[in-house]
Amino acid sequence: MTTPVAVATPAKVRPVAQARTGSGRSLKLGNQLLLQLLCLAIGSTVLFPIVWIVGMSLDPRNIARPDSLIPPGANFAAYGRVLERPTLNPVSFFQLALNSLTLAVIISILSVGLGVLAAYAFSRMKFRGREFMMLLILAVLMLPAVATVGPLYISMNRIAVGGFRLGGSLLGVALAVTSTQLPFAVWNMKGYLDTIPKELEEAATVDGASRFQTFYKVVLPLATPVLAVTALFGFIAGWTEFILAQVFVVGDPTQWTLAIALNALVGQYAGSTPWSTFAAFAVLFALPVMIVYLLLQKWIVSGLTVGGIKG
Amino acid sequence: MTAAAAEPAGPVGRPSWWRRTVNTRTAYLFLLPALLVMAIITFYPLVFQVWMAFTDFQLKNLRPGSPGPAIVGFKNFLRILDNNIVIPNFDFVRILVFNLFWAFTNVIIHVVIGVAVALVLNVEGLWGKRIWRAVYILPIAIPPIIVATVWRNMFDPQYGAVNQLINGTIGVLFKLPPFQLDWLNQPNPILTAGPLILPLAYFALLAANIWLGWPLNSVVATGALQSIPKDLYEAAEMDGAGYWDRLKTVTLPFLRPAMLPFAIYGFVLTFNLFTLSYFMSGGGPFGQTELLVTTAYRLVQEQHLYGVAAAFAIFQFFILLVITLVTNRLARATASFDA
Repeated sequence: MTTPVAVATPAKVRPVAQARTGSGRSLKLGNQLLLQLLCLAIGSTVLFPIVWIVGMSLDPRNIARPDSLIPPGANFAAYGRVLERPTLNPVSFFQLALNSLTLAVIISILSVGLGVLAAYAFSRMKFRGREFMMLLILAVLMLPAVATVGPLYISMNRIAVGGFRLGGSLLGVALAVTSTQLPFAVWNMKGYLDTIPKELEEAATVDGASRFQTFYKVVLPLATPVLAVTALFGFIAGWTEFILAQVFVVGDPTQWTLAIALNALVGQYAGSTPWSTFAAFAVLFALPVMIVYLLLQKWIVSGLTVGGIKG
Repeated sequence: MTAAAAEPAGPVGRPSWWRRTVNTRTAYLFLLPALLVMAIITFYPLVFQVWMAFTDFQLKNLRPGSPGPAIVGFKNFLRILDNNIVIPNFDFVRILVFNLFWAFTNVIIHVVIGVAVALVLNVEGLWGKRIWRAVYILPIAIPPIIVATVWRNMFDPQYGAVNQLINGTIGVLFKLPPFQLDWLNQPNPILTAGPLILPLAYFALLAANIWLGWPLNSVVATGALQSIPKDLYEAAEMDGAGYWDRLKTVTLPFLRPAMLPFAIYGFVLTFNLFTLSYFMSGGGPFGQTELLVTTAYRLVQEQHLYGVAAAFAIFQFFILLVITLVTNRLARATASFDA
């Protein structure tokens, strides 16, 4: 016997802060130009370091003295060197990127999956110990991961099956980073879920949907922006994680991530970093994140601010 | 809650315990996965940490089957307070004061610039809003470890962009000799006030972190600005309020509840910001730009003094607890608007 579950069309409800596009009113030309000039000035301070690093990565001389933004004889040689063998270890850029990607994807999935379940419970259910649990999770937000890295490393090293040691693996890093991501994820997602009207769920319950069905079929589709933001933040956290990755897997170059390699790249030549190589590495490292960010931009604003206001 | 209301009250007084706790059980079922991970990864090490803080846990105790470390009582805590630690230039009070000052100055500047830029981009009829917003969000999208290393490169005394920029403009204009200021290692502090020492490197770090920090504040402020009801402006305008009046009476009061929690979050985030201090200045000169987090990392990763590091983390925890309580109190005491 199946009871059809009535699901309201997501389009009906918009918990998202709607962007109002400026209507009608026009700006005086003088003010417009003045503001455009200001925007340009701000924009150039934002872009300068980025242009600088891109220019350096194209410099064929691989010297530490980039004297112009587009150096003479600019080419992609540095990128070739980086892709082939960025560090002294015989590990290619793709291997490093794959490790970072694995880390990022696991953390992204775990922080959304675990986080939204907890956020839903905090947002919609009344239960014994609710306040205490929320405080407990929020308190972790205050403590940086590095503060517990010692005992964490020791205890994770005790979890070992055969040759596999959790404290020496990327999975261990992923779990550790997820745990640091969860407090903000839960907090932000709870704030967002709070803005979704309860009436929809009540209607679904009346129609015979179970708690989990309501959550899965009514709430989740409406929460897409905040899920996207949480996933993005988890992805970035994983892609760029340094401290935990360094402590856990630095002993095994095949498990190195991009962040560990970048640190090694800057440090390994003791004062005479090959800046073009470094710059090319930095560009390749940053590019995926920047692209994803720009693609998801519209989700970010709504997913972040609504939760923030009601937090 | 509807679920609670729908609960049928048993005919004979109270329903059974199993029936009464159905909501709690469902809730904990939803919480279980997150709690499980956090219990293993966060809470267990925290408890373990407290025990470690009273031992002289070292590298040799890490080996499987090695004897347990000796219990040393409060010795680790005293060593930290006495600055009796192998890390050169370690001074607990100085690091703490610098760390607080660092977080405080950063957050204020971030919020002010973030709100200001959001206001500029919110002016009606401004051309290219979308493009500017997309450009301004770029710093957030760059991994912090790259931001730190790129800015380190930019502050390089010989080859850095900053000195070259100064040489190329002021230097050429006034025909000055090559300007080679070593921003990150300049040994003489700019300002010394009691335990607070601000070397030139602090200002270099500040510049980098302003670049990094204001865009996210701007995003949050933009979202909040767009949620302000339009009729409020129209009403204010009808009362003859100019742009600045409307800013003061409508916009800023409405921004407050959105920006305040975010500012507190930003404070904690900046307080614990590892990357810039570690990768840009390396904590230098003379450990003057070292933060609590970087010190904790050095204790574990470089010195392998796990016991001392655990004691240090406990200090850190209480400092952050006090900060949280104080800022929450401040936020509550000053929050007069409930939007």
